[in-house]
Amino acid sequence: MKTEYKIITNIIEKNSRVLDVGCDDGTLMELLKIDKNVDIRGIEISKEKVQICISKGLTVIEGNAEFDLKQFPNDSFDYVVLGQTLQAFINPEIVIKELLRVGKKAIVTIPNFGHWKVRLNLLIKGTMPITNSLPNNWYNTPNIHMCTIKDFVKFSKIINFKIFKSLALINKNVSNINSSNLFFKNLFGELGIFLIEK
Amino acid sequence: MNIRENIKTLIIEKPLKLDCGQTINDFPLAYETYGSLNENKDNAILVFHALTGDQFVTGINPITKKDGWWSYAVGPNKSIDTNKYFVICANVIGGCMGSFGPSHENPKTKKIYGTDFPVITINDMVNAQINLLDFFGINKLFAVIGGSMGGMQVLQFISNFPDKAKTAIPIACTSSHSAQNIAFNELGRQAIAADHNWLDGKYNLNNTVPDKGLAVARMAAHITYLSKKGLQEKFGRKLQERDDLKFGFDADFQIESYLRYQGSVFVDRFDANSYLYITRAMDYFDLVKQYNGNLSNAFKNTKAKFFIISFTSDWLYPTQENKDIVIALNAIGVNVGFVEIESDKGHDSFLLDVPDFLKALKNFLDKSYNEK
Repeated sequence: MKTEYKIITNIIEKNSRVLDVGCDDGTLMELLKIDKNVDIRGIEISKEKVQICISKGLTVIEGNAEFDLKQFPNDSFDYVVLGQTLQAFINPEIVIKELLRVGKKAIVTIPNFGHWKVRLNLLIKGTMPITNSLPNNWYNTPNIHMCTIKDFVKFSKIINFKIFKSLALINKNVSNINSSNLFFKNLFGELGIFLIEK
Repeated sequence: MNIRENIKTLIIEKPLKLDCGQTINDFPLAYETYGSLNENKDNAILVFHALTGDQFVTGINPITKKDGWWSYAVGPNKSIDTNKYFVICANVIGGCMGSFGPSHENPKTKKIYGTDFPVITINDMVNAQINLLDFFGINKLFAVIGGSMGGMQVLQFISNFPDKAKTAIPIACTSSHSAQNIAFNELGRQAIAADHNWLDGKYNLNNTVPDKGLAVARMAAHITYLSKKGLQEKFGRKLQERDDLKFGFDADFQIESYLRYQGSVFVDRFDANSYLYITRAMDYFDLVKQYNGNLSNAFKNTKAKFFIISFTSDWLYPTQENKDIVIALNAIGVNVGFVEIESDKGHDSFLLDVPDFLKALKNFLDKSYNEK
């Protein structure tokens, strides 16, 4: 999802230190390196993806964010990016806390389970929703902790972190989320993008 | 076994104070090079060999007439591309391929050193090899690379000379030799010492060699370089040139015959006392202790970019021990990449045709070289 990467790149300041958690094939890392001249590192669980990153000259550590963020000291990075993987962790709460310990700020994106298509899918079919962005069956999906944009906003109050910027992606258009439009953004947003801080 | 015409030797005049307290000078360091040094002298790679390796990294080893120990990785268009890079490798001191070692003559006594040779450490090995940079007029190496004991030398090199290499690739190694590894090395040393031809290391005086003991040491060590799965798949319970068990103690099984062969060819090319000295150097290696319990301090002055590689089936230098190095580097913000390569070839994976490993090594080097 290129638009998502563009939004993240816009948020990140030039020459900062960035960690991309679950960096996949390094597309975002490359973009940030070129556009923002950032000092960027990645963590990726898949050996194949790590190989792709190496072939692009990116510094990537093979590892699992749930266990391997421990090794980074407090505030090692200006930004820690977690793109569409929060829902795949066994304990998202610990991961968020770790992101905010390792990074001064974190950018978290979540596929929105509150999207109307997902809701309709469940309402009409009565089976776990399968959509373009959530293509797996319930029994083989890596996404074990799906949440909605609204859930994430609530989550910030429960575990006490600040949301500095919240954006919704609707048909490749970005818009701000605020308390008065939350209902609609949660219904139409495909993706929520949050800039958060301790 | 000393000076042979195929061996290039640098005589190091500068005194070198060893960790054991003795100082050596005017000693030989045997080396080999591949490729050519460019005008800017920024394409040099120093490769460190493992326990039983030598300076003949690739091509045909002129002494053993066999392929160099890292022929899969080093050569024209290979991972460490000798069309592009200037590869230097030296025989470690304590070794037996031309560098100052226990098979050399003590100039004072005119006798072969044997076990009177000073005990060598990984630190000593690296401090001897830094002289190669002056010799070639190289200010900064493009890379230091090594697997196993070679990886330990990479770590020690960077901690001793933090600004002498642009990149560092320690492979399948550790920052502190484990009890299990010391135990295996001790097994090998005791096998040598138990050979009645060893004569407390003075076998040269009698024109004998403790080849039985050295072969057993090699056989035991060889098992540790492989994996259970690899052994099972390659040999299983297959019999050696026979249809049935012979109810005796000949090599009934292929694995027995294979190990005996590995032992027998090893004694032709390796000196038993060198085996004692080099395994000792590995056992003494503890970079964590050298830096008072904090491995990060070993690297705090370096700007080198690290790439650490381990193998899934390596139980001698398991992934966790390699990851400990990654953790220490991340703790101080050093640029470090890490990958664990899937392979059932055990610790030996780094020496073999393991495409994912060779690809990662090539990509890392070539991309890093283009970054100025």
